[in-house]
Amino acid sequence: MSVMPMQKLSICAHKSNRKAVLETLQQFGAMEIIPDAIDDQELEKMNTSEARAQFDRDAELADQALEILDRYAPGNKAGLAMLQGNEELTADDIRQVALKQGECIKQASSILSYEKAINECRGNILKDENQKEALIPWMSLDVPMTFSGTEKTSAFIGTVSGVYDDAGFSAALLEKDSSLDAVSTKTLFTENDATNITAICLNRDAEKTEAALRALGFSKPAQPVMGIPKQASEDCDRDINKQNSEIENLKKKIAAMAPERENLKIVADYYRTRAEKYRMLGTIPQSKQAFFLEGWVPAAQADRIAKLLSERYQAVVEKEETAENEIEPTVLHNNKFAQCAEGILASYGLPQHGKVDPTAIMAAFYVFFFGMMLSDAAYGIIMAVATFILLRKYPKMKTGTKKMLQLFFWCGLSTTFWGFMFGGFFGNATDVIARTFFGYTGATPILKPLWFDPLTHPMTLLVWCMLFGCIHLFTGLGIKGYQELHDHQVWDFVCDVLAWFIFLMGLILLLLPSQLFANISQMTFVFPDWMKQLSKWMSIGGAVFIVLTSGRSHKNWALRIALGAYDLYGVTGWLSDVLSYSRLLALGLATGVIATVVNTMGSMFGGGVLGAVLFIVIFLLGHTMNMAINLLGAYVHTNRLQYVEFFGKFYEAGGKVFEPFRSNNKYIEVKEAK
Amino acid sequence: MDNLGLVFALTGAAVAVLFAGCGSSIGVGIAGRAAAGVVTEDPNKFAQVLLLQLLPGTQGIYGLLVGFITLSKIGILGGSPASISLATGLMILAGCCPVGLVGLVSGKAQGQCSAASIGIVAKRPDQFGKAMLFPAMVETYAILSLLTSILAVTNIPLS
Repeated sequence: MSVMPMQKLSICAHKSNRKAVLETLQQFGAMEIIPDAIDDQELEKMNTSEARAQFDRDAELADQALEILDRYAPGNKAGLAMLQGNEELTADDIRQVALKQGECIKQASSILSYEKAINECRGNILKDENQKEALIPWMSLDVPMTFSGTEKTSAFIGTVSGVYDDAGFSAALLEKDSSLDAVSTKTLFTENDATNITAICLNRDAEKTEAALRALGFSKPAQPVMGIPKQASEDCDRDINKQNSEIENLKKKIAAMAPERENLKIVADYYRTRAEKYRMLGTIPQSKQAFFLEGWVPAAQADRIAKLLSERYQAVVEKEETAENEIEPTVLHNNKFAQCAEGILASYGLPQHGKVDPTAIMAAFYVFFFGMMLSDAAYGIIMAVATFILLRKYPKMKTGTKKMLQLFFWCGLSTTFWGFMFGGFFGNATDVIARTFFGYTGATPILKPLWFDPLTHPMTLLVWCMLFGCIHLFTGLGIKGYQELHDHQVWDFVCDVLAWFIFLMGLILLLLPSQLFANISQMTFVFPDWMKQLSKWMSIGGAVFIVLTSGRSHKNWALRIALGAYDLYGVTGWLSDVLSYSRLLALGLATGVIATVVNTMGSMFGGGVLGAVLFIVIFLLGHTMNMAINLLGAYVHTNRLQYVEFFGKFYEAGGKVFEPFRSNNKYIEVKEAK
Repeated sequence: MDNLGLVFALTGAAVAVLFAGCGSSIGVGIAGRAAAGVVTEDPNKFAQVLLLQLLPGTQGIYGLLVGFITLSKIGILGGSPASISLATGLMILAGCCPVGLVGLVSGKAQGQCSAASIGIVAKRPDQFGKAMLFPAMVETYAILSLLTSILAVTNIPLS
C-alpha cells in the first residue's frame, strides 16, 4: 500500500543508436520520457512530423479496412468481445508481418476501394429510385415526355392546375376557346390539385391550343425524362438489379479478404507503434554525434534498464536527483486484494509522492459497505460466481476491467455475508415459495437472519451504520495524523488531529448515556460519574484547544480566534458526515423490500402449474431489475462514501498519472521476449 | 365514515408512490434526452450514459418501497385491512409525505444534474467516476427522506 518510488534517469548515447534505444524503451514500456527536459540552444531536434504523419495515415487506412471487413465478414466474436483482450504475439511474429507491410497496405487500399464502389452503387440505386418515383405520374404515357408532335400535328404534354377527368378537361378547354373542337385530350394522372395531361391538335391550331392551355395553368414537365416513361422506368429497374448484383459481388470480394484480418491488425498496430516512436524522436534533443533524453522509471527497474541500455548500445545512463519543483509520476503498488480498488482511487485522483496511498484501507471499507448496501445473499452469490467465471474465462482482458471485476467479486462475497446476516435470499423468497407452493404453514422466516432483520429493527441498524461511519471517518482522521507525523509536523498533528479526536470522542461519550440517544436507539448506556466528567472535560478542552490553535498561521489573535471558532463550527460537517452513513440502512432496506414486492407479486397467482410458471417469469424479471438497480445504487453510494466522507477527512489527490512511452496497441499485445 | 383512517393511510401510500414516481420519471426523462444525444454522436458511450440516466430513477423506487411498507402495514396487501383510527391514518399520511415530496423535487433536480454529468462523459469519458458523483449528491436528500418515512411508518403504532 504505497506509492512506488520513482527514479529519474538521464540517457545519452550515440546518435546512430537513437532508434534502437527508443525501440527498446518502447518495448519495456516502463519509462515516462520528459519532453523538453534539456534546454540547450546548441542541441537540435529532428523534424519527424512527415514520417509520423505517414505512419498515422497508414495505421488509419488499416483501421478503416478492418472496420469494413468487420462489417461485411464479421469475425467470430462472442458477445463479451470486450473482455476477450488482445491477441498476444511475439516480436518475431510482428517482424514477419512487417516484412510484407507493403502488400498489406495494398490489400487495405483495395478493401477501401471496394467499399467506395459499393457506396457508388448505392448512390446509383438511389438515383434510379428517385427517377422511378418521378416517372409514376407519367406511366400511362406511351410516347416520350419530350414528344412534340408529328408532321401534321402538335402535341402538348405537361401539367395543368386543377383536378379534371378526361371529359372534364376537354370541356374546360372548349370553354377557354370554343373553336378548339379538333383537339384530342387525355388526362394521365392527378395529384396535389394538378393534372398531367396530353393534348394533340393539328398544326394550324397549335398556337390557339397553347394559349388556351396556358390559361388553364399549363406547364411542361420541369425535368423531362428521355424515352417512353414506362421503358425508362424499366431501364431503372434493370439498372437497380445490376447495381445490386454488383454490390453483392463487391461484398463477396471483401468477405474473401477476411483472412487478411490478422495481418491488417498487426500492421495497424505496427504503424501506430512507429508513429509513436517518431513522435518521441521528434522531441529528443541531439547534437552532431549524440542524443539526450530524460525520463522517469520505477526505481525497482532503474538498474535493469540502465544496464541493458549501456551494454547493448553503449549508452551513458545516470540516475538523477529529483529537482525541487518536479512532480514525480505516481504508480501505485498494492497487494492483490487492494489492487482491485486502484481504479476507484484513480478516478478520484492519484496520491502525490510522499503521501499515503489509501487504496488498501479504502478497499476494505469499500467491500464492507458495498455488501451492506446490497445485502442479499442470492445477489451476492450471483455476483461472485458471475465475476469469477468471467475472470476465469477471459484471463487476457484489459487490466482496468480485470481489477473492476475482481473488486466486484469481493463485493459479491461481502454481499453474501451481509445477506445471511440480515436474512435476505432473493428477499423473502424461501418463505414465499414454501408457503405458496409447498403449503408450508410453520413459522417464518425459515431462513433466519444470523444477526437481525433490519426491517423490524431499523433503528438498531441505523445506530450500527453510524458506528461504522464513525470508524470510517476516524480512520480517515487517523491517516491524516499518520501523514503529519510522518512529515514531522507534530504540532499540526496535535492541533488538527489529536484535538479533534479528543473533542469528538468527548461529544460521543456525552451523547451515549443521554436520554436522547436512548430514545433513538432503545439502548441505554450507564456510565460512572468519572466517565461523565471526563467526557465533559474532553469536549470542552478539545473545543477550546481548537478555537485557540486552528488559526495558528495568523499573528493577529482576534483573527486567530475567529478562525478557530469557524473551524469548530466544522463539527456540523462531522454530524452530517455521520448521518450520511444512514444510506447503508436505506439502500439495504430498499433491496430487501423490493425483493419482497417481487416475491409477493409473483405469489399472487397462487400455487399450481400456472401459478408456478407466472411466479418464475415475475421472479426472473423482477429480481433482475432489482439486482441491476441496486447494484448501481450500491456502487454509486459506496463511491460517494469513500470520496466525500472518507477522503474529505485527509486525502489530497494531485498525483500525476504515469504515462510511460510504449506502443498504444489497439489489437495485439506484444509478448515480452524471453 | 368509520374507516376514514384507512382512507388516509392509503392516501399516504399513494402520495409516496405517486410523487416520487413523478419525480423519477421527470428526472430519468431529462437525463435520457441528454443520453440519447450523446449516443447519436458516439454509440460506444451507451453503457456509461445509461448508468447516469438511471441515477434519478431511484426516487421512484424509494417511493414504491414506502408505499409497499404502508400497504403491508395497513393490511391491504393481505386482503384484510386493519381498522385504523383517523389520527393514525393521518399520521401514516404524514409519514409518507417526505419520500413523496422530496422524491418529486430531487428526482427532477437529479435528472438535470445527470444530464450535465452526461455532458462530462460526452467530452471527457475518462472522468466517468467524478461525473457519477454529482447526481449522487442530490440523491442523499432523497435517501434521508426515505429513511424518515420508513422510520415513521414502521414505528407508528396501529390503533
